[in-house]
Amino acid sequence: MIGLQHYLTLSAMLFVLSIAGIVINRRNLILLLMCIELMLLAVNFNFIAFSRHLGDDTGQVFVFFILTVAAAEAAIGLAILVVLFRNRRSINVQELNTMKG
Amino acid sequence: MLNYYLIIVLAPLAAAIVAGLFGKQIGRAGSHWITILAVGLSCALSMLVLRNMLWGGAPSENISLYTWAVTDGLRMEVGFLVDRLTALMMAVVTFVSFMVHIYTVGYMRDDPGYERFFSFISLFTFSMLMLVMSNNFLQLFFGWEAVGLVSYLLIGFWFKRESAIFANFKAFLVNRVGDFGFILGISGVVMFAGSLDYAEVFASADQIAGQNIELFPGSPWNAMTVVCILLFIGAMGKSAQAPLHVWLPDSMEGPTPISALIHAATMVTAGIFMVARMSPLFELSETALAVVIIIGAITAFFMGLLGIVQNDIKRVVAYSTLSQLGYMTVALGASAYSAAIFHLMTHAFFKALLFLAAGSVIIAMHHEQDIRKMGGLKKYMPITYWTALIGSLALIGFPGSGGFFSKDLLIEAVHESHWEGQGAIYWIAYLSVLLGVFVTALYTFRMFFLVFHGEERMDAETKSHLHETPWVVTVPLILLAIPSAVIGWYAVEAVLFGGYFGDAIEVTQRHDVLGRMAADWHGSKGLVTHAIQTPIFWLAAAGVFTAWLLYLKRPDIPATIQSKVTGLYNLLDRKYYMDDLYIKGFAAWGRSIGNLLWKKGDELIIDGVIVNGTANSIGKLAGVMRQIQTGYLYTYAFAMIIGLTMLLSWLIWFR
Repeated sequence: MIGLQHYLTLSAMLFVLSIAGIVINRRNLILLLMCIELMLLAVNFNFIAFSRHLGDDTGQVFVFFILTVAAAEAAIGLAILVVLFRNRRSINVQELNTMKG
Repeated sequence: MLNYYLIIVLAPLAAAIVAGLFGKQIGRAGSHWITILAVGLSCALSMLVLRNMLWGGAPSENISLYTWAVTDGLRMEVGFLVDRLTALMMAVVTFVSFMVHIYTVGYMRDDPGYERFFSFISLFTFSMLMLVMSNNFLQLFFGWEAVGLVSYLLIGFWFKRESAIFANFKAFLVNRVGDFGFILGISGVVMFAGSLDYAEVFASADQIAGQNIELFPGSPWNAMTVVCILLFIGAMGKSAQAPLHVWLPDSMEGPTPISALIHAATMVTAGIFMVARMSPLFELSETALAVVIIIGAITAFFMGLLGIVQNDIKRVVAYSTLSQLGYMTVALGASAYSAAIFHLMTHAFFKALLFLAAGSVIIAMHHEQDIRKMGGLKKYMPITYWTALIGSLALIGFPGSGGFFSKDLLIEAVHESHWEGQGAIYWIAYLSVLLGVFVTALYTFRMFFLVFHGEERMDAETKSHLHETPWVVTVPLILLAIPSAVIGWYAVEAVLFGGYFGDAIEVTQRHDVLGRMAADWHGSKGLVTHAIQTPIFWLAAAGVFTAWLLYLKRPDIPATIQSKVTGLYNLLDRKYYMDDLYIKGFAAWGRSIGNLLWKKGDELIIDGVIVNGTANSIGKLAGVMRQIQTGYLYTYAFAMIIGLTMLLSWLIWFR
């Protein structure tokens, strides 16, 4: 039987994977955006799992909102990325350190 | 009379302001005319005041003119106390000042700072009058500091000379030491008597004397002794008593007229005047009187000795001034205040005369001051010669001259002054003033013979220009020679025995030496005829004879003596190493403390550690902190995650 903890474990694994992706990845900015999306998905998993477990549908409604916001966010992120690439001719994360103190 | 007093004081001040601020507009002649007329007016009115006191029976007046401030019951006022002591001082100050003003016209003729000089000496006259006419301690202190300021300005009058700057700085610093004691003394008076006014303080003198003060825990001192000694420290600074005498010889760097006016006749006697004015206080403390007499005796004898080895004509006279001031101080210590003031008066005349005569010689010698390069000036400068002779005779106390009456009676008063519990002090004082007579005669006539007699040692160039100085120089000499010669005959009886000072000077029964001497008084003629029987006369005669023997008859002897006793000679030549003590001791010590505080305290600790140190350490800290700001996205993300994790952990496990 697949229970709540299996969903939560999967969600946690996805979350940690995406964190690892953000921290370890130093080449590609697109990968970073994808990791953020993955992180949101991991959170969505939690919502759905708890919603099902507690018998409350509100959590699933939340997920739709989050997916919508995530789509908008991804669109904005990609637009910024395009502008960035036009200016810098690179999306290499290690070269984007103008904020260095 | 108030209007007279105001004119006496303010006329010199107004002239000083006009000559000082508008000197360029009114020109050289304008400057000297306005100051001479103002001081002349002041002098005439002072004489009138003195005359009214002497023959008109005018009472002493105590006028409060203006209240400057009242704090906590303490009134700070400007006011005049004109009694017989003040009237005498006013007459002496304005007369000598008037003579010096006239003399300056000749002495400073070619000086570019002519207008400035007249402004300063007029300002000095104002300050000195404020000092002597004051009726309270605050105004006394104002006058005290004001004369000190003018003295500073005038010693450094030729401010391009290195030595003059050194001398005025030295005078200023040494006077600071004295003035510190003086202001502490005034503070003591305020503390114990609660008033600055002379009359009120003197009225509560017994109450001051009844109190004790613990300067150090466990050793109570009589309040009066402490106050009097502190006030006397002020007098030591101003009147150049040992060990605060070192500034006076150096002050000879100033022009000769001010040496005569400030550093011989008037300002340096301010200390003597002050102690005489405070006689109701000093009378109540025998300890303070003993300090006064000892300091005076040391100064009188040892400073006189220094006069013998000096070669600068003005410095010889300067050491003689020190020695004579010591005489006056001894008289103060012996409670013979009247004798001190009398000697102050005769000394003002003959010493101003000697200085002006020395100045006259300096003019004729084209500003050569070394007496070894003079000689035989008698035939070139007869007026200067005769007036200088009168001054010298008065200084050594030749019977009948002004100095004779004052010095003879002063020594007599010291001789009388052995009250109980004062054995050793009395003998030190008496022997000092007695032997001082010999020393005085020796250095005075050494200078006199070397300058006016003997072979002519100047170079041919100077010799061809030698002639008597102009009338503006010789007239003041003559006018000063007259009182130097005759004033003793007329004034001695009234001033010393006639109760001239009335209640201005108070002497307790036990200390009344002059009162005891009055019993043996047979008039001035009797004193002169008996002079030949006193040791004083023979000591003076021996001094003159020694000077004649050593410097005219056998001029080779002094060099022999000098080579025989080099140790003693060096001791005198280096002024008992007092200058070395002060310059290499105190001054160097002060400078090294200053250097320490500057290099270590200011530059290292304040600048280095506190001010720049704060900035530097923040800079260093920021340098470390900025390493965290990598600018990489993933670092910030990681930091956020770590933070989030920690926050969550705290929420789960620690709440």
